[in-house]
This record gives sequence, structure tokens and C-alpha cells, in this order.
Amino acid sequence: MTVLFTLAILLLIAIAIWQMTKIFELSQLKTEVSQVATDKDNRYNGILMFLFLIFIYGITIFSFAKYSKTLLPVAASEHGADYDQLLWVSFAIIFFVQTITQALLHYFSYRYRGKKGNKALYYADNDRLEFIWTIIPVIVLAGLIIWGLYTWTNIMDINDEDDPLIVELYAQQFNWTARYGGADNVLGEANVRRIDIAKANILGIDETDPNASDDVIVKELHLPVGRKINFKFRSQDVLHSAYMPHFRAQMNCVPGMTTEFSFTPTITTADMRLDPDVIEKVKRTNAIRAEKAAAGIENSDPWEFDYILLCNKICGKSHYNMQMKIIVETEEEYNAWIEGQRTFAQQMEMQ
Amino acid sequence: MSEHAHAHTDHHEDDHGHHHHKETFITKYVFSQDHKMISKQYLITGLIMGIIGIAMSLMFRLQLAWPGESFPILETILGRWAPDGVMDADMYLALVTIHGTIMVFFVLTAGLSGTFSNLLIPLQIGARDMASGFLNMISYWLFWLSSVIMLMSLFVEAGPAAAGWTIYPPLSALPLAQPGSGMGMTLWLVSMAIFIASSLLGSLNYIVTVINLRTKGMSMTRLPLTIWAFLVTAIIGVVSFPVLLSAALLLIMDRSFGTSFFLSDIFIQGEVLHYQGGSPVLFEHLFWFLGHPEVYIVLLPALGITSEVMSTNARKPIFGYRAMVASIIAIAFLSTIVWGHHMFISGMNPFLGSVFTFTTLLIAIPSAVKAFNYITTLWKGNLQLNPGMLFSIGLVSTFISGGLTGIILGDSTLDINVHDTYFVVAHFHLVMGISALYGLFAGVYHWFPKMFKRMMNKNLGYVHFWVTAVAAYGVFFPMHFVGMAGVPRRYYENTAFPMFDELTDVNILITIFALIAGVAQLIFLYNFISSIFYGKPTEQNPWNSNTLEWTAPIEHFHGNWEGAIPEVHRWAYDYSKTMPDGEYVIPGQDFVPQHIPLKENEEELHH
Repeated sequence: MTVLFTLAILLLIAIAIWQMTKIFELSQLKTEVSQVATDKDNRYNGILMFLFLIFIYGITIFSFAKYSKTLLPVAASEHGADYDQLLWVSFAIIFFVQTITQALLHYFSYRYRGKKGNKALYYADNDRLEFIWTIIPVIVLAGLIIWGLYTWTNIMDINDEDDPLIVELYAQQFNWTARYGGADNVLGEANVRRIDIAKANILGIDETDPNASDDVIVKELHLPVGRKINFKFRSQDVLHSAYMPHFRAQMNCVPGMTTEFSFTPTITTADMRLDPDVIEKVKRTNAIRAEKAAAGIENSDPWEFDYILLCNKICGKSHYNMQMKIIVETEEEYNAWIEGQRTFAQQMEMQ
Repeated sequence: MSEHAHAHTDHHEDDHGHHHHKETFITKYVFSQDHKMISKQYLITGLIMGIIGIAMSLMFRLQLAWPGESFPILETILGRWAPDGVMDADMYLALVTIHGTIMVFFVLTAGLSGTFSNLLIPLQIGARDMASGFLNMISYWLFWLSSVIMLMSLFVEAGPAAAGWTIYPPLSALPLAQPGSGMGMTLWLVSMAIFIASSLLGSLNYIVTVINLRTKGMSMTRLPLTIWAFLVTAIIGVVSFPVLLSAALLLIMDRSFGTSFFLSDIFIQGEVLHYQGGSPVLFEHLFWFLGHPEVYIVLLPALGITSEVMSTNARKPIFGYRAMVASIIAIAFLSTIVWGHHMFISGMNPFLGSVFTFTTLLIAIPSAVKAFNYITTLWKGNLQLNPGMLFSIGLVSTFISGGLTGIILGDSTLDINVHDTYFVVAHFHLVMGISALYGLFAGVYHWFPKMFKRMMNKNLGYVHFWVTAVAAYGVFFPMHFVGMAGVPRRYYENTAFPMFDELTDVNILITIFALIAGVAQLIFLYNFISSIFYGKPTEQNPWNSNTLEWTAPIEHFHGNWEGAIPEVHRWAYDYSKTMPDGEYVIPGQDFVPQHIPLKENEEELHH
């Protein structure tokens, strides 16, 4: 009943507005303002077009000046250097083209703003011009494609040369687990159907597989510097993406299949903390965090730089906080650390 | 009734296509088969969806700029999803998801292509209506139904779909994985299935109409570029939308009937599920087989509109008509073989990644040709800077800015580190979101007189454009830096990572620009609504345009032209054309409409 009543009221209001607008319309004097652009409109908007060009350049310069420092520090992996080089060459091309085309577009909009009596040039076609601006992108893009594909093929060529360390990254809502092959550097067989929560076999490792007994399962990723790491990714529930921005590395974790990525870390965490850019970033960040702490906001302790693994594929409610610390260290430090970890077999015995 | 209207396509059989049947309120305004009314229905439905979609983005921008801050307005709107004015993390994902879905499909596909294909195809090719007015009507009402179902899903108890607009399984398939994957996702899938049916009916109609119902003299090479764009858009829609339907159907089966198309080896909330042998990567292929052409389904009509509006207002022919047509076709063709660039790091074979890098970067070539041709069209013009023209120029600007960063993302190597970061968000919002919206606005300002018989207020139009243009760059330019700093998209807040602390400033700046942009759209809405009722009544041909729609009477009736349909004698771009003696073809008038026969001594250019 109330619904009906509300609907009736809404209907009446609608009719009232309709009638009022009719009255208003009839009472309007017909004003003779043209709604088509006049010379004056063309002049003002032409000038604004030119100012807008300055605005585009301005916001570009502003963003670079103010936000360049927030970008990722130097790449901490071998292929990362190639990545960065290709990135900055591509950006140089992009900014060159952007600067010129925006200038032409907005300058022409200003320069050729309409005036009564002006005559536009009837200029419909020019095969030579068309050819020029087809062929130039073709050449530039051919170069970028070849370079990009060469780099891509190198990065994605995952092989067992140079004695890579085998590490499994295991994703679940909303945390990461890492598993090392152990002394034999071979991962034991695993499948979600073997997960046994009661026995704390959270990765579903086959307990009868001899390769599995020396596997090491940890919640913090330690990598020896200078050694190639072959990652195997698994997920137990939904899609996740293992994103390690400092290493220019990313791969999705797909339930039902194992995906791979490989890189060689080149800078230890300790060395990275001494990088001037990183020192500056940490300083700025801790100033912000000190302010927050003073305002009584939680989780505002001072920060120390660390490499990080993030989830970068929407995976549910806590997607925004699915992370794992990565520590790159010297071979000796790494060996000492892995020695101190319990193997899978030891873990099972403790149950 | 439409059958009657064009049962006789003979051009001397002219009259009274419409006088045998009485129009009732229902047949005129609700279940109308007149393409002009259907286009208005599309536009207004699209705008309403647009208001909702943009409002959602403003809400989650608040959360991103000031995470954890209490905004009473959020509690007012979202109720229990924003206890004490702080948005819930599930609701955040739901808003992101529905914002994307609504803007891509409901606003920029149906609202843009639906509106202007319907309005312009019959009027610009010289037809009395679409090939099938009835299917056209069904198409709109299916769109309406899918809109209603999508909006209904907002009120489901466990919340609407929240797996991102790409709804990748298993997240979207398992209610155990997130609450939005329950009833909310079911409604999302049902809504999209209906939407696809609507889109297909519309597209088939557009194709048949353009191919069969062109008036005498309207050869394919005399078609305005708008029509070329709509035709090619409809074709890629027909090619790719059915694949999305299959993806949706298979996902429905996995969700409701226990099949394993996309699912395998899943352990969630303490239990192993029975699914075995499916692959989420398969879903990604099916989704992006539509999803990428979809970008061009959104963009090509905007580019078509821009070509027309820009040429008219520059008082110059569009530069390189044939190259423009070739570019449209090339873009459309390439768009169907680049989908894999969304999946470089999905676990797909890296060799496939190489192939998709190659095809993707190729698409930059026809895009560059289009951009250069637009710029040359402005050169030595006599630019009439009407609001529609400003939005067209704005489109070229954002199309370039956003398109260029595609060179980074389309390169499989460079994609590794910016994939799914804010860099992607900035890129596609500029190149397809903002550009297509500008195309929509350009179209509305330009053809408003044709649709509503009145003019929109130009000064409000100018304010709308300039505020929007500044705010759009203000939002999306700095956003590239957020992405380059490594911030992933679809994060409820970035506070869990101290390395992102210093980006809070950027996010606040972005949100402020977003709010300004939102307010600017209210100016448009006011202008739009008040002009429908009080706008200055239009003249027959307010922009001195060449195309056929401006020869049709201002007063709408089913059948478009009172007498014979005009015959076409020239292409649509004879602006400022002069005779050998330097005088305009029609003395004192810088345009020659398409239905004017060639003058003596006048040379028809083989453009």
C-alpha cells in the first residue's frame, strides 16, 4: 500500500513538474542568442586550446619533477637492466611523439580558429604524406618489436643451465608460502588433493616421494645473490599473481597448473639499502610514517627497505595485503639460513 | 509498420509511409520501432547508467585517497557496506567491478554505439528506418532488461559481483572465494547474456541496413565515416560477442552444474573441490577474444563521430578519406587477433606472447595514420569551435596520450612489470574511456538538434568541456606514475606496503581531480535536460553540414523524409570546395550537401 502511495505521489510530482515547465516555457521570451559558435567563441576557445597545450606540458613536467622519485629503484636482477633500458628507450620515443603531436593538434586548433570570411583549404588527400606517416611508425615499431621480442625470448627461456636454484611459490587466499628443493634441489610431488591440515601438510606434498623429504617450507623468501632462481608457481584456490617489482618479475599463479619464471638477483638487500635513491626514499617515507605515528595511526613504525612479493591479480577481500618479504643475501648467508630450516620430513615427524 | 515504411524503396514512391497507423503513447514512446526514438531510449538509458558508473568511481576514489577515513555519505549510500562511513573491502571490489562493467558495456557500448548507430545509420544513408524496426525495438528492450538485472544485482544480500569486470574464474566461480561470487555473479552473468543478445540483434540490423538500404547514389565510398565506423563496429561485435556468450555459458555451467571447464585442483576453506582438468587460462582466452575487440567496439564509433564532427566544424574535407576507411578496417581486423596481450604472464606459452606482441604493435600503425589525418584535417581549416568540435579535438588528444603508452603495454617484455598496475588503468582510461566519452559528448552536442529539435546551450558546453579536459588529464596523467612505482590495481588500500606511503599524495590529487570532473558532468546533465525542454529551437541545418540527416525535416515522424528520399550525388565532405575560378561551388556557401548534383565543370575528386 505504501509502495502504491509513494508511486502515486511520484507520478503527481512528475506531472506537476511537467506542467510547470510548460508554463515556464510559454512565459519565456524568445531570446535571439545563437547557440552556434561565433567568431568570439572561436577566438576564446582557440586561445584556451593553446593554453591547454601549455597545461599538458605543465602537468607532464610537474609529474616528472614531483613523482619521478617515487618510481622503482634500479633493477635488482640481471634481465632487469635490459628491461629498464628498453623501457626508457620506449619512453623517449613516446615523449618525443607526444610532444610533437599534441603541439600540432592544439596549435592548429588555435592558429586556424574560425573567422567570418576566412576560407578553409579544400585539401582532401596527399598520398606522399600518407605514405610518410605510415612508413615512419612501421620502421620505429619494427625496431621496438624486434628488440622487445629478443628480450622477451631471453627472459622467458627457462632452462636448467647454470645450476639454478629451484623454488616453489605457493599462493592461497591471502598469503604466500615458499618451498625449496632442499639438498637435492628437486621439489617433491605435490597436489591439492594431498593437503592434510591435521598433519600441517599445507602444500599437499606427497609424503612417499623421496624427493620431498628434504624440501624446506618457509614463509620468507631468501635468495642467494648471483645465482639463477627458477621459480615454479602454484595456487590452491583462485588466480594470484606473483609480482616482484624490484626484480622486474611477474607471473600468474594458476590453480591446476604450474607456471614458471626465472631471474638472477644481482643486488643483496643489504646493498640495496645503501643505494642513494633507496636511502632517500626510506628517509621520505619514514618522515611520513613519523607524522602518522604522531597522529596515533596504527602500523606506522619506521620502515626499513626490503624487497617484496605482492599479489597482483584480484583474489578476494584481502588481495591488498597478500605479501611476502624477499631477502637477497650472499651465498654464505643463504647457506647458513637454509641449514637452520626444518625439512619437510622433520616437520612431519614432529606431528 | 516499418515494413510499410520501406516496403517500396523506389524513390518516387514517397509519401505517406506513416499515415495508416495511429501512434499511441505506448507505440510512440515505449515500444517504438522508430530508430530515432530508439536512439533516444538508448541515450537516456546509457546516461542513467553512466551517472551510476561514475558515481561508483567517485566513491572508491574517496577510499583510495583517504583509506580508513569516515565519510558519512558512504554510509548513507552503501548502508551496511560502509559501517561508520568506512567502505568495506568486499564492497570496494564490487564497486570497481560494477563500475567497469557498466562503463564498458552499458555506457560506451550501448549508450554510444547504440545511440548513434540507431540515429545516424538510417538518416545518413537515406533510409526510412532500420532493416527491421521490430528487431531494433527488441534489441533496445533486451538492453533495458539487462540494465535492470545488473542494477538489481547491487541489492543482493551478499553483494554484487566483485571479481573485477573481467570476472576471471575461479574467483568468480566460487562463492567460497568471495561473497560477491554468489547470487551477485549469477545476476551479472544473466545480465550480460541478455546484453549480448541485445548487442547481436542491434549489430545484425546495422549491418543489413548499411548494406541494403542505402539511397540511390550512396555508394560505399560516399558513406560518411560515421557509417563506416558503425558498420565495422557492428561486424566485430558479431564476430566477437558470441564468444563472450560461450564463456559466460560455460562459467554458468561450472558454477551451477558442477562442470570443470575453467576449474581444476582447488582447495578452499578446508576442503578439496571435485573440479578436475579445466583451465582458467581458457576462460581468459575466451574473455579477451571479445574483451579486446570490445575496446574498439567502444572506440571506433567515437572515432567515426569525431571524423564527421571535425570535418564539419573545420569546414574542410576529412583528410585522407580512403586511408581513414582503410585504417578503420585494419584496426578492426587486427583487434580480433591481439587478445593475447592481456595474457602475457598468464602462464600462456611465451611463444604465443611473441605473436601477440607482433600483432599488437602493428595496430599502432593504422592508429597513427588516423591521428595524423585528424591533425591534418585541422590544418588551414576555418575551425568553428562548437562544443562538439572541442570534444572531438579533445578525443584526438587523449587518443594520442593514451595510445602511446600502449607501446609499453603491448610489448610483452615491458608488460611484465607494469601488468595489472595503475599504469594499465591510466592507459586504458585515457585511450578508450575518456576518448570514447569525448566521442559520446561530441555526438550529443552535435546531433542534439536532430534528436530533440532544440540546441544545447553552448556556454555550458564550453564550461563542461574545459573543466572535463583539465580534470581528465589531472586524474590520469599522474596515475601512470603510481603504476610505474609498482602499485597494483584493485587494491582496497595501499597502506599495507610502506614503499607506497609517499604515493598517498598522488592519490589525493587524483581523487580531487576526479571529484571536479564529476561535478562538471552535472553541468552537462543540467544542460542536456533543460535543453530538451527549453533549448533554443533548432534550424534545419545548424552546423551547415553536408550529410543527409540535415535534409530530413526537423519534426520527427516514422519514415524520416516527407517526400522522396534524397538522392546522393557526391561524398559527404565537400566543405569549402571551390570551382576553378576560386569561387565556392555554391556561391556564398562553403558547403555542398550530398544531395546537390555536381555542377557543370565541377570535378568529382577520386578521394
